[in-house]
Amino acid sequence: MVRWLNDRLRRLPVWAVWLGGLIPLALLVWDTFTGGLGIDPVRDIEFRLGRTALYFLIASLGVTPLLRLSRISLMRFRRALGLLCFTYAVLHVLAWLSMDMGFLWAQMAKDIVKRPYLLFGMTAFLLLLPLALSSNNLSLRRMGAQAWRRLHRLVYLAAPLVALHWIWSLKTFPVEPLLWLAVILALLALRLAVPRPLRRGGLRGSGKEMA
Amino acid sequence: LTGAPSSLSTDQPPNSFEEITNYNNFYEFGTAKEDPARHAANMTTDPWSVEIGGLVERPGSYGVEDIAPENALEERIYRLRCVEAWSMVIPWIGVPLASVLQKAGVQPGAKYVAFETLYRPDEMRGQRYPILDWPYREGLRLDEAMHPLTILATGLYSDPLPNQNGAPIRLVVPWKYGFKSIKSVVKITLTDNQPVCTWQKMQPSEYGFFANVNPEVDHPRWSQATERRIGAGLFGGRQETVRFNGYGDQVASLYAGMDLAKNY
Repeated sequence: MVRWLNDRLRRLPVWAVWLGGLIPLALLVWDTFTGGLGIDPVRDIEFRLGRTALYFLIASLGVTPLLRLSRISLMRFRRALGLLCFTYAVLHVLAWLSMDMGFLWAQMAKDIVKRPYLLFGMTAFLLLLPLALSSNNLSLRRMGAQAWRRLHRLVYLAAPLVALHWIWSLKTFPVEPLLWLAVILALLALRLAVPRPLRRGGLRGSGKEMA
Repeated sequence: LTGAPSSLSTDQPPNSFEEITNYNNFYEFGTAKEDPARHAANMTTDPWSVEIGGLVERPGSYGVEDIAPENALEERIYRLRCVEAWSMVIPWIGVPLASVLQKAGVQPGAKYVAFETLYRPDEMRGQRYPILDWPYREGLRLDEAMHPLTILATGLYSDPLPNQNGAPIRLVVPWKYGFKSIKSVVKITLTDNQPVCTWQKMQPSEYGFFANVNPEVDHPRWSQATERRIGAGLFGGRQETVRFNGYGDQVASLYAGMDLAKNY
């Protein structure tokens, strides 16, 4: 069953993941131009972009635990998932500074250092930036697998910060962002609870990509 | 409904009926802005009575028509500034709260007015969760309550107040953050000590008793320096928030000598 699924997945081209991953953006653009957003479209655009970024962040964090637990390998798509997350994060930040803040640079700068939710969000974004920039084969080769892998551990810090960013921006404690924080922490804990197999031979062909 | 025009109205263009009735904070029906429009229809608003008590001469149960008789209605077009840093302009129809309190007869010892929202979890689904300490409660100092800008609203544009906006009767205090303007009021109590307010009790470092709009006193987690006007479009930008939401000429004297950074 797992082998059958992995065979299928191997035949799925990476661009298909990109195409699927851009559907939420296409829907958002569609809603924006057809009046499908709510009374405050600025807030809806910001929320939907931020939310989608979080979903792809969680998806990319889920790849390794899924492999270790079930042997189902989505490793080939992890780079696309991470870059999709970053794409939505960039758009989220752009929407904030243009539509929400109206390019009030001074207020934005003051707010980022003063407001916990902005500090969490911006820190997470800055942590993801080097990961996106080094997400190509050339960087991987130049840095060496060890250093590259070490750098990309920054995501373990960025992910909980993203959830805190959401929680701290609200007036009360609704369940949803707390739930996502729990999911993130669970995915991180799984990495410790189910360690990487020492023998590479058990996963022929995909050992090199393990991280 | 029609209300006599008032010189206290702003000449800024009001938001549309659709905007005002589909973008609400009324946590009794859920925390999303769309929840009140979606779920408030379940609330029974007729019959309705408001219990006026405490330090008053004529305590008792008052009907909406007693409190806001049709011939006393005024139109008040007010700016509304939410603590979340967005704003609207809303054409309310209602009566000055002072006229209602005078009807009940304020006793000399009264210093504050406490308000309470309906508590009816089977019709108000948000109340089934402990998001806030139900029922929602708010309060004003007596001079704030007697101020001519302070009204009890029963209408919006020419309609009776829609449920999601606090039907059948709600408070409107335009120089304070929106959460002070308590909705669907069932209880008004005159007291001699400062009443409990729901948000203040929940998070006193973030929400004060006065909650006057003030760009210089930030909410600890977000700035109050600017606001976004709902309906301004995708690139409408932000406008500067004005002290007392622009009603300083009328109300600043109420707070003469007070440190508003401490009494936020």
